[in-house]
Amino acid sequence: MSATTTDRAVSPWRLRWRRFRGHRAGMGSLVVLALLVIFVAAATPVAHYLGVDPYETDLLSQYGPPSAAHPLGTDDAGRDELVRLMLGGQISLLVGVLATLVGTLIGLTVGVVSGYFGKRLDAVLMRFTDGMIALPLLPLLIVLAALDLTKLGFSAEFAHSGAAGFWRVVVIVALVDWTGIARLTRAATLSLRERDYVRSARASGGRAGYIMTAHILPNVATPLIVAVTLTVGRVILFESVLSFLGFGIVAPTPSWGNMLNNAQELVTTAPALAIYPGLLIFITVIAVNFVGDGLQHAFDPRSER
Amino acid sequence: MKKFILARCWQAALVLLVMSFVIYSLIGLMPGDPIDVMIASNPGATPDVVAHLRAIYGLDQPILLRYAHWLLAAVQGDFGYSRTHSQPVMVVLLPALWQTCKLMLTSFVASVVLAFALGVCAALKPGGIADGIISLFAFAGISVPVFWLALVLILIVAVNWHALPASGISTVGDGGLWDQVRHLILPVTTLALANTGQFTRFVRAAMIETLRMDHVRTARAKGAGEGRVVLIHALRNAMIPVVTVMALSFGSLFSGALITETMFAQPGMGKMIYDAILGNDFNLALTGLLFATLVTLLSNLLADLAYGWLDPRISL
Repeated sequence: MSATTTDRAVSPWRLRWRRFRGHRAGMGSLVVLALLVIFVAAATPVAHYLGVDPYETDLLSQYGPPSAAHPLGTDDAGRDELVRLMLGGQISLLVGVLATLVGTLIGLTVGVVSGYFGKRLDAVLMRFTDGMIALPLLPLLIVLAALDLTKLGFSAEFAHSGAAGFWRVVVIVALVDWTGIARLTRAATLSLRERDYVRSARASGGRAGYIMTAHILPNVATPLIVAVTLTVGRVILFESVLSFLGFGIVAPTPSWGNMLNNAQELVTTAPALAIYPGLLIFITVIAVNFVGDGLQHAFDPRSER
Repeated sequence: MKKFILARCWQAALVLLVMSFVIYSLIGLMPGDPIDVMIASNPGATPDVVAHLRAIYGLDQPILLRYAHWLLAAVQGDFGYSRTHSQPVMVVLLPALWQTCKLMLTSFVASVVLAFALGVCAALKPGGIADGIISLFAFAGISVPVFWLALVLILIVAVNWHALPASGISTVGDGGLWDQVRHLILPVTTLALANTGQFTRFVRAAMIETLRMDHVRTARAKGAGEGRVVLIHALRNAMIPVVTVMALSFGSLFSGALITETMFAQPGMGKMIYDAILGNDFNLALTGLLFATLVTLLSNLLADLAYGWLDPRISL
């Protein structure tokens, strides 16, 4: 830090932001992510401007070449590829963020409970978490995605609706990716539990639930930011795989994963269509990961500047 | 040592038992049941007949009882028949298991070797040009969707260059060793590349940490050559955390194998499980998932043993 700035107290957040700005890959990726959000948000205006309906199939114009009306051509059902990429991005990014939120919630709960109560409960929960990490998850996810919701007591109407399909993917993907957050939270809780302010709260009769939410969770948040960011990237990848295999978001709703459903056919008939969606997933995830790396740098007290 | 191994074996067996029940219940929650599949081709079946059939096959019993029956048979090696293959499950499963082991082991070894080479290179001069390029490569490996990587490789190598076959395990009428190897190159490359990114980051981080340690400085101070310091003094210590993480990644390696096999039409476990779930082949899906879990558990067990071998401070 230069000498001129020391005369004013610098808040930790300002310091972190300054360190993050110094991380070129992280800053660049933040810009890329912002552009991606603008790109997917532009779906409806662009569809309106081009005068195309991204859901209307037109089998007479399959695999159309790029033209004024279809800047990136048309897909296997004659729908505009560009607008579908934008709409698919909305779904993929939304699933990424929502599943991360749900997963973080699960991880926080397991981690705080495990760390705060300790002993047998801790042993059981952490064994469970370790077990989750080692399992071959993708095949299990496919089974979960194939479950018949009516057998679980949901109405047939709900089970076959588009909303159920969307939330099912969010929940399933979240079920996989809470373990890292749980372990981090537990480790942080273990050390916070013995701090004086927590002990005094306990001594003055604070209930476990109150102490965990009011005194522990707010202090766990900071070290989790990096882990949560990296989770977003992994979650987007998981969604794309599930949708690609036909067990995630299903047509006609596009997602970057299910736009590659018939990839084997695309490779020979329209190679460009096999490239676009995957490239967008790749760019999104690598940008998220670089932002995570930048945040790690910014939050690491050992990093210089 | 013996006690430790025994305890870990017990633990693994317990996890396997719990997982078998979880998987059994999940399979039961999939759409339809074996009777639905049976009567699908027979529209004349009355509800009476259906109920009678269910009773014959024991499908009207509570799940715990059915699970107990299944477990008893499974322990004796009877996993039932595969519906889609019309063969005992084991006859279908064993060749697939062998195929997957080939794919997983080759790509695991390839990615470990590559990751150690790249990771050590990057750690020698953190922040240097080599580190930058290797880190970019590692980030790309973590971020690339495996199925899309496979797609791009098929597009470039198989479709555009006609250099390697894009699917299957051997050419009809050929099937020699070289032919089989040619069919494995693309799947192994895909799976290995996807894993190398993560592994490289682990190796790099562990090496940077170790190279800062006192014993490395001592080794340098007493005049050991740089190559000896890096390869003997630092690498062995850096390997300890890395090996654990690598072995724990066998589960995700299997997930990657599922995608790779589906993309390259390799008749391995992953594709078998995927097809079994799609085709309502309950017995095959159940047993396949169970064996996938077993393979992962065994590899984790091996990792624990390797840990003790690498780090003499841990007395098992």
